[in-house]
Amino acid sequence: MKIVVAIKQVPSRDSQLRIGGAAATWIEEGDLAYEINEPDAYALESGLQLKEKLTGEVVVLCAGPERASQTIREALAKGADRAIHIETDQPGSSDPLALARMMAKALASEKPDLILTGLQSDDLGYGQTGVILAEVMGLPHASIVMNVEAAGSGIKVKRELEDGWFQHVKMPLPALLTIQSGATKLRYATLMGIKKAKTKEVRRVPAAELAAPAQPSITLDRIYMPEKTKQSQIFDGTAKEAAAKLVDKLRFEARVL
Amino acid sequence: MSLEALAAAQQFGAELHLPVFAAVLGHGVEPVAQALANYDIQKIHAIDHELLAAYTPDGYTIALKQLIESHRAGYVVFPHTYQVRDFAPKLATALDRVLIGDVIGHRVDDGALVLVRQLFQGKINADLRFEGEPPYFASIQAGAFRADSLRSGTAKVETITPDLKAEQIRTKPLELFRESQRAVNLGAAEIIVSVGRGIKEAANIPIVQKLADALGAELAGSRPVCDTGWLPMERQVGSSGQTVAPKLYLAVGISGAIQHLVGMKGSKTIVAINKDPEAPIFEVADYGIVGDLFEVVPALIEALNEG
Repeated sequence: MKIVVAIKQVPSRDSQLRIGGAAATWIEEGDLAYEINEPDAYALESGLQLKEKLTGEVVVLCAGPERASQTIREALAKGADRAIHIETDQPGSSDPLALARMMAKALASEKPDLILTGLQSDDLGYGQTGVILAEVMGLPHASIVMNVEAAGSGIKVKRELEDGWFQHVKMPLPALLTIQSGATKLRYATLMGIKKAKTKEVRRVPAAELAAPAQPSITLDRIYMPEKTKQSQIFDGTAKEAAAKLVDKLRFEARVL
Repeated sequence: MSLEALAAAQQFGAELHLPVFAAVLGHGVEPVAQALANYDIQKIHAIDHELLAAYTPDGYTIALKQLIESHRAGYVVFPHTYQVRDFAPKLATALDRVLIGDVIGHRVDDGALVLVRQLFQGKINADLRFEGEPPYFASIQAGAFRADSLRSGTAKVETITPDLKAEQIRTKPLELFRESQRAVNLGAAEIIVSVGRGIKEAANIPIVQKLADALGAELAGSRPVCDTGWLPMERQVGSSGQTVAPKLYLAVGISGAIQHLVGMKGSKTIVAINKDPEAPIFEVADYGIVGDLFEVVPALIEALNEG
């Protein structure tokens, strides 16, 4: 089975974010640390587990600037066979449809059986790129998938629904799945894996080769820190002092104790 | 949530001077459609087909695309549910458009709709606009608009049979199921202590359990904590777990991603304990302590026991 896993590099989860520049359309990137988008790490893990069960190949697809090479290498070190790096400076500035079209074009010669990606990104969080990519490529899809297994000539997936419900869905291949976080344990790269990753193929494709600039369907006007919806009282001092103040407020102001 | 999306549509319609229509999909949907007949809507389209009895992204996309095209809809508004997340991006793509999902607010600027959504798991807000020609697609986050603000009126139901064939539907949905019995009904708890990633490892859970015991509270957790098995799944609060509204909710080491906030923001009093002063949980908190939970929680237990 040929599996493509689409991954994205995002600022690490504990980043202190600042709004960048006068235009305020993106964050200050200078001193940020980056990592693989967490749901994509689970998509990669699912892909690697499927390959181990069914044999085949795992190809990583990643759109991003030069710094994304690091995340691609880490995916190769975990066991992906090779990678395609769509070189674009600002994946945040194009809308998800334009990005999906680029990804589809980069995959045109690959003919994968299965495309996996995380259900959403930790940065833009549109949660759409996978579903859009399926439609652009004319593939059936399932989103928020917890588990994948072979079923005849196709697959059976376990989808998460709301309020604790799940559903099994059968579908033919080729298909695209967006993977939910947390359904399985993530592996670490081994020393051998890290060594091998250095020699694995990374095909670099400049974004300009994949798409002419087009008018986007949506634009990001500006970004800003959210206004507080509530006036919260923050208690300072040592842990002991703050705790005492909090208990006092809960007893005599909120009267919930 | 569908009523909240309808409330959003009424508000957009009023501000943009556009009439509002409703669409209900499924098989045997007439009663659901009739339930909307007392709202201020031009018309209710009941899109009825036996192939829509069970949800599939192909079926819903084909049926809605036909309505949107024949109707020349300007704006298409959805509730931001898991089901909508599954098909609305596909539907928008089929019409060469992009959905603005997870909308929490709006304004009209020079005759154009500007929609607000969150980035970076709620740490940053963004204003987005539609470009090019309609239709424009948006999905509305739970709680962003109020169903009780719906204007009443009278609406007629028109049943439509979409042109849909079995072979167009490629996925086959099987039975729905639940994995764990809901032994814990968090919805009935008066006080909930909820724990997030900040607790670091399973071995630290007893620290917050002690706090819950001191308060006579139920212990709950955010999604990552339940995913890793540090707490059982039935104690999960958030969009994929339970929705709760206790009189007191203490969020300990929870950053406050929107999926968590939708499950607890109706709580009467919210307390946040987090080391990151920028954590979105502080936006909904009545009281907060910025600090290390491993120091604050024991101090809190002590303060409670002293009283």
